[in-house]
Amino acid sequence: MAQVLVVTSGKGGVGKTTSTAALGAALAQEGERVVVVDFDVGLRNLDLVMGAERRVVFDLINVIHGVAKLQQALIRDKRLDNLCLLPASQTRDKDALTENGVARVIAELRTKFDWIICDSPAGIERGATLAMRNADAAIIVTNPEVSSVRDSDRIIGLLDSKTAKAERGERVAKHLLITRYSPARAARGEMLSIDDVLEILSTPLLGIIPESEEVLRASNVGAPVTLSNTLSAPAVAYFEAARRLKGEDIPLVVPSASRSILNRLFGRKAA
Amino acid sequence: MSLFNFFRRGSAPVARERLQILLAHERTVRGQPDLLGVLREEILAVISRHISFEPDKVQIKMDRGKSVSTLEVDIEIPNGLGAGFAAAQ
Repeated sequence: MAQVLVVTSGKGGVGKTTSTAALGAALAQEGERVVVVDFDVGLRNLDLVMGAERRVVFDLINVIHGVAKLQQALIRDKRLDNLCLLPASQTRDKDALTENGVARVIAELRTKFDWIICDSPAGIERGATLAMRNADAAIIVTNPEVSSVRDSDRIIGLLDSKTAKAERGERVAKHLLITRYSPARAARGEMLSIDDVLEILSTPLLGIIPESEEVLRASNVGAPVTLSNTLSAPAVAYFEAARRLKGEDIPLVVPSASRSILNRLFGRKAA
Repeated sequence: MSLFNFFRRGSAPVARERLQILLAHERTVRGQPDLLGVLREEILAVISRHISFEPDKVQIKMDRGKSVSTLEVDIEIPNGLGAGFAAAQ
């Protein structure tokens, strides 16, 4: 049965789009049929991170308004056959999204894909609430930093009250994805530790993505990090998170600073 | 790691404590009317029944602590509002 995921955070710039692209490509490489849907109407970027920015013809709003069929708007990834993108509109505003229209499109996507990953805009306004509206599960992207943790707490509250599942008295499954984690800084007490964040948000951990220059390099070239450098530390962390989403039991190890200290001793940069 | 932290205390424990206090408050008021706003309106309504004052001469401060919070209302009352008050000046 298809799973609808929302990748959300409240705060901007924490890695929602990066994580949507990376997890989508990771699941597709596991043989799953995946569509990533951009809900950031007016400020779309998932197309750019996926490297499909020059192939956008129709978008989510066109499909909702009946201007285009879903099949016409879906963009198939050039590297992975079973990975598609449904872009957001760049010219309209978020009011062009309707609750019924979004529900209709998600229902149709459920018949064609195993995973529907909705990339939420930042904030807690209409675009963000519509992105989470039909979700079965949520991935809450959090940086180990005070404003991000606070906003994640707020988003968790919305997931428990504003989603269709919550209104039916059910629960949206929640997974915490900690991104931009720096083991060395956490060890020095300069950054909230994984335990701190978990204790404050009391949400199960899906994965820890270490801070890495690979992420910027991947977005520069328009490839999810799980496609551009599959052996890099963030890619490995995303692959493991994707397999946990599928229900596999993969032990989660908090990245430790020892390796980077060793690397520094030998004059190499940490991955 | 904890021994290491003991010697080099970073700012993370401060971040952690600030978040815990803040979120404890935010979770209790979630979905409820803004307590500070309600208190402000009601306190001002009571005072304005007895004296007139400039609404923008009112300062309200709130400090949310771990176990207790304080609400500080500072109202500037113009002179000449009553013999007792004026005599005290």
